[in-house]
Amino acid sequence: MIKAVLVMNTQGKPRLTKFYEFQPVEQQQEAIRNVFSVLCSRPEHVSNFVDAESVFGPDSRLVYKHFATLYFVFIFDSSENELAMLDLIQVFVETLDKCFRNVCELDIVFNYSKLHTILDEIILGGQVLETSSTEVMKAIEEIARLEAASSAINLVPKSVSGWRSR
Amino acid sequence: MAGSSIMENLFQRSLEDMIKSMRLQLIGETTFISKATEEIRREIKSTDQQTKSTALQKLSYLSAVHGVDMSWASFHVVEVMSSSKFAHKRIGYHAASQSFNDDTPVLLLITNQLRKDLSSTNEFEVSLALNLLSRIATLDLARDLTPEVFKLLSTTKVFVRKKAIAVVLRVFDKYPDAVRVCFKRLVENLESSDPLVVTAVIGVFCELAAKDPRSYLPLAPEFYRILVDSKNNWVLIKVLKVFAKLAPLEHRLGKRIVEPVCDHMRRSGAKSLVFECVRTVLTSLSDYESAVKLAVEKVRELVVDQDPNLRYLGLHALSVAVPKHLWAVLENKEAVVKSLSDDDLNIKIESLRLLMAMVSESHVADISRVLLNYALKSDPGFCNEILDSILRTCSRNLYEIVVDFDWYVSLLGEMATIPNCQKGEEIETQLVDIGMRVKDARMELVRVGRDLLIDPALLGNVHLHRILCAAAWVAGEYVEFASNPFELMDALLQPRTSLLPPSIRAVYINSVLKILIFCLDCYLLQNDGSGSLYSGNLEGEQSELFSAKNDTEATKLATCGGSNYEQDVGFNPRNIADSSEDLSVENGIDRVATHGKTFTSTLVAGKNFLYESIVSLLNRIELIFGPLITNQDVEVLERAQNILSLVQLIKEEIIDNSVQSVDTVEKKDTRVSTIINLMRDTFTTELGPVSVSAQGRVAVPEGLVLKENLDELQAICGDTELSSSSSFATGAPHGITISDGSSSNLLQNEELGPLNESTSLIEHRKRHGLYYLPSEKSEIVPDEYPRANDPKSNSNINDEAAELVKLTEQSLMKKRTNQTKPRPVVVKLDDGDLAPISVKRPEPRDDSLSGAIQDVLLGSESGPSVSQSYPSNKSSRKQKEKKKLSSNGRSEMKENAVDSEKPDPERANSSSKNHGHSKERKHRGKEKIVEGEERDQEGKKKSGHGRGRRKTHHRAKSPLSDPTHILHIKQVQKSYVETKASLNTKREEEK
Repeated sequence: MIKAVLVMNTQGKPRLTKFYEFQPVEQQQEAIRNVFSVLCSRPEHVSNFVDAESVFGPDSRLVYKHFATLYFVFIFDSSENELAMLDLIQVFVETLDKCFRNVCELDIVFNYSKLHTILDEIILGGQVLETSSTEVMKAIEEIARLEAASSAINLVPKSVSGWRSR
Repeated sequence: MAGSSIMENLFQRSLEDMIKSMRLQLIGETTFISKATEEIRREIKSTDQQTKSTALQKLSYLSAVHGVDMSWASFHVVEVMSSSKFAHKRIGYHAASQSFNDDTPVLLLITNQLRKDLSSTNEFEVSLALNLLSRIATLDLARDLTPEVFKLLSTTKVFVRKKAIAVVLRVFDKYPDAVRVCFKRLVENLESSDPLVVTAVIGVFCELAAKDPRSYLPLAPEFYRILVDSKNNWVLIKVLKVFAKLAPLEHRLGKRIVEPVCDHMRRSGAKSLVFECVRTVLTSLSDYESAVKLAVEKVRELVVDQDPNLRYLGLHALSVAVPKHLWAVLENKEAVVKSLSDDDLNIKIESLRLLMAMVSESHVADISRVLLNYALKSDPGFCNEILDSILRTCSRNLYEIVVDFDWYVSLLGEMATIPNCQKGEEIETQLVDIGMRVKDARMELVRVGRDLLIDPALLGNVHLHRILCAAAWVAGEYVEFASNPFELMDALLQPRTSLLPPSIRAVYINSVLKILIFCLDCYLLQNDGSGSLYSGNLEGEQSELFSAKNDTEATKLATCGGSNYEQDVGFNPRNIADSSEDLSVENGIDRVATHGKTFTSTLVAGKNFLYESIVSLLNRIELIFGPLITNQDVEVLERAQNILSLVQLIKEEIIDNSVQSVDTVEKKDTRVSTIINLMRDTFTTELGPVSVSAQGRVAVPEGLVLKENLDELQAICGDTELSSSSSFATGAPHGITISDGSSSNLLQNEELGPLNESTSLIEHRKRHGLYYLPSEKSEIVPDEYPRANDPKSNSNINDEAAELVKLTEQSLMKKRTNQTKPRPVVVKLDDGDLAPISVKRPEPRDDSLSGAIQDVLLGSESGPSVSQSYPSNKSSRKQKEKKKLSSNGRSEMKENAVDSEKPDPERANSSSKNHGHSKERKHRGKEKIVEGEERDQEGKKKSGHGRGRRKTHHRAKSPLSDPTHILHIKQVQKSYVETKASLNTKREEEK
């Protein structure tokens, strides 16, 4: 299963963190720092796998991909195929690209909740459920519509009616 | 109140506002975050849902990205989750999945909310709830929500169904009894035509099988069908993972799947799938030669690929093949060796591992030599990686592959002088270990030890201290092999030894004692005028060997040792300058020592043990150890004190004697010689390796309470503990404590000289404060000295790679052709030196889960592992399960008429059958239960399709079972055979 998904920029600032096993926030931050210190020491054009057992415990592997100013990092165990994980990063980034049209770091900075929605469609509880970015996009649009509908009603704040009734 | 909430709403910063202002902030990030958190704390208390949820969203952003604690907000999370608006609900659910864990108290409050959302008509709300459940489900939540999840497993909405399937994994994990309810539906989903659903199910089975593969053997036919039919790479990879776990358990399964796997390997264009096939073959199907050949062929393509990822994975796959198919590595050795100089650290390490796996005794020396040169040029991390793997490979199974120990010992010495070496501890262990185990290597050990000890530059390197410790011990313990004990003494007494930590210094001091005793002994023997007596004392074989070796190595020793030693001579006088009379004497000895290097055997000839040299030796020890009696470390202090008093004692006698005539010397020497003889005898007792389990064989003496509570003691000496703990923690290595114990006892007996150090120590402490400051020299001094060994910078890596390829090539071909020396005896203990490697497997962690699954799949009585390992609590657990199950069953009957499964008849059915055939083997049991299951299915009026699947299940399984049961199986088949057309093909295949 997948243990965690991290997106961080080349300065080590986390942009998205998702842990599929509970960890206290301090440990999360520690792990992010450790991962970054490994990643930034790796030269370009080398393999994308890193031994992660020191950070995430036994039977953990790490695969990362470097796009422009961002690192996309997936941490997983022996039930996943390394190359498939690499493909999955590709799927994730492709979906982001479709969603934001030429995704850049700023999109990721400002669309925190959308990012999570996308990720939740692809991975649930550490299991890969969807690998087609078109399908993911369909669901995302649907969810966005639903949210817009619910906040459209919200234009008359509920608190007002609540106040009236009181 | 309401007015304020509108205001809040209007002026609240949204998440985006917050992120923007954070990017523009000038007050520092931490200050900004704490301010923002304060703001959130205020806003989140709002009664307005919009304000509240926005605040929560900001908080979960800060928590995820900046590590702000949000556990305090858990109740607000529950409130937002229960909002009727989807947008709020989503924020709430997200926050919950991010911050809740098993210990969150409010978990009890969300059960109903989850239940409501799980049965919502809006599939996105369901999906939110499932998402949360997959992350935080506890035993209670899993138990209470199992019915809802069960319903979702067969919903027509694929979007929801696949998520429900993924959730089942967590539910099973937390609440194994859910297996009874959900397992069948889960298996049915394997049949689904929707690839997404199959992906999800097979993912779940992959996880389940990783923990306890045996339980899922009965599902092999279903997996097999997917393996053959599926076109989806994700699914195929997962199925392969499942089979990799199952195949080792049942060899007939391997026979079935090896063809399809090879098929995929040949045909697939997806590297991920090919790699997975390769890995499956190498790990689980390694007995099928043709498949392995094909896999190795694919690996060869990978290791020479442009893509570093594929190269890395290719090497990784090779390392998987090492234990069973070393030839696969040998075939790819060029690529492996080439990878050693790759830019990528991963690839380098992987290639190093493979290289060491290839090493055999015939060419370990050559490969180690080349690797050592690599190590000199590599960055510190990889350098130590190389050293580590050399050390580990060579010491494997008590130095199994080392034939020439002289070579290996000098290799260890060489490693110690590599500037980046940080493997001191391991080298230390091996040096001492070889000393104890391999008699023939001792001579070389002492030589290497001498070279290390004598080099003052090494003392500055903290990483080498442990090695020096071993060298000092070796030098003391095996001093009889030393070419020149005085030289060793000088090395051990050199002033820079003050850089050593006390524990190692103590070893140095003890070695000084041993050497001193040796010298005195020789001196006395020589004075007796019987040189032969000396050699008689040595064991025959040792002295024989000794002289033989000296012939060959004397010249070498003289040249290589000489230069080092000169350095040392220049070094010593500084220290001893204050005692001018000593200086001349000492230089005299040194001259003798250096110039007399052509000796065939200094010791046997005995010319060097002059009266002057002994006296100067004693003087020097006195001079150097004098200050040590005020040392802060108890170990150093005591040992120094012991030696000093011994020296005083001996000196008195020897010097007194010398003044008188030669006749009296011999008479009065007797007292000294008895002391020396006694001590020599203690030291000549050989130390051997100690078995790890040795302590276990020593019976605990009666009346000794090992587990006594010593808390009171701590209260008594609580205040002294701090100081003493540091000084007692000397950790003298291997065996030293043994010899030391006896020697110090002896010393205590012999101590006669006037000792007033205790009073002087107290005085001294009064004057200088209680304790000395720890000397910090070690950090400052090293820079003054040149590095021990400069890496060769000008040699070409490519040349070496080529050389290495050649080496491996040559040496792999020739099989131990020119072994001039027989391998020396390595002492082994009868019961094996290593602690018995506990092969006992970890108990299946989720035994209750596997038990439940086996119950469902195989029937309770026949579950092999469960019935064996849990005989006592089984019945009680079963009863409990029964209760729970019947309650579950009832609730389902209410909710879902179609699925009303009555567990009791089914159980009665299967269990009665099992009772009837209780003597049957477990395979038989399996078959029976499957039959039971089918009847159950029939009872449930499942479609004919479903039963057809069951049939294939049987057909594929029958070859797995014992032939004696075939009759029975045929009976089972008979009743269904007419209805299954699809089956015929499969049966033909089988026949």
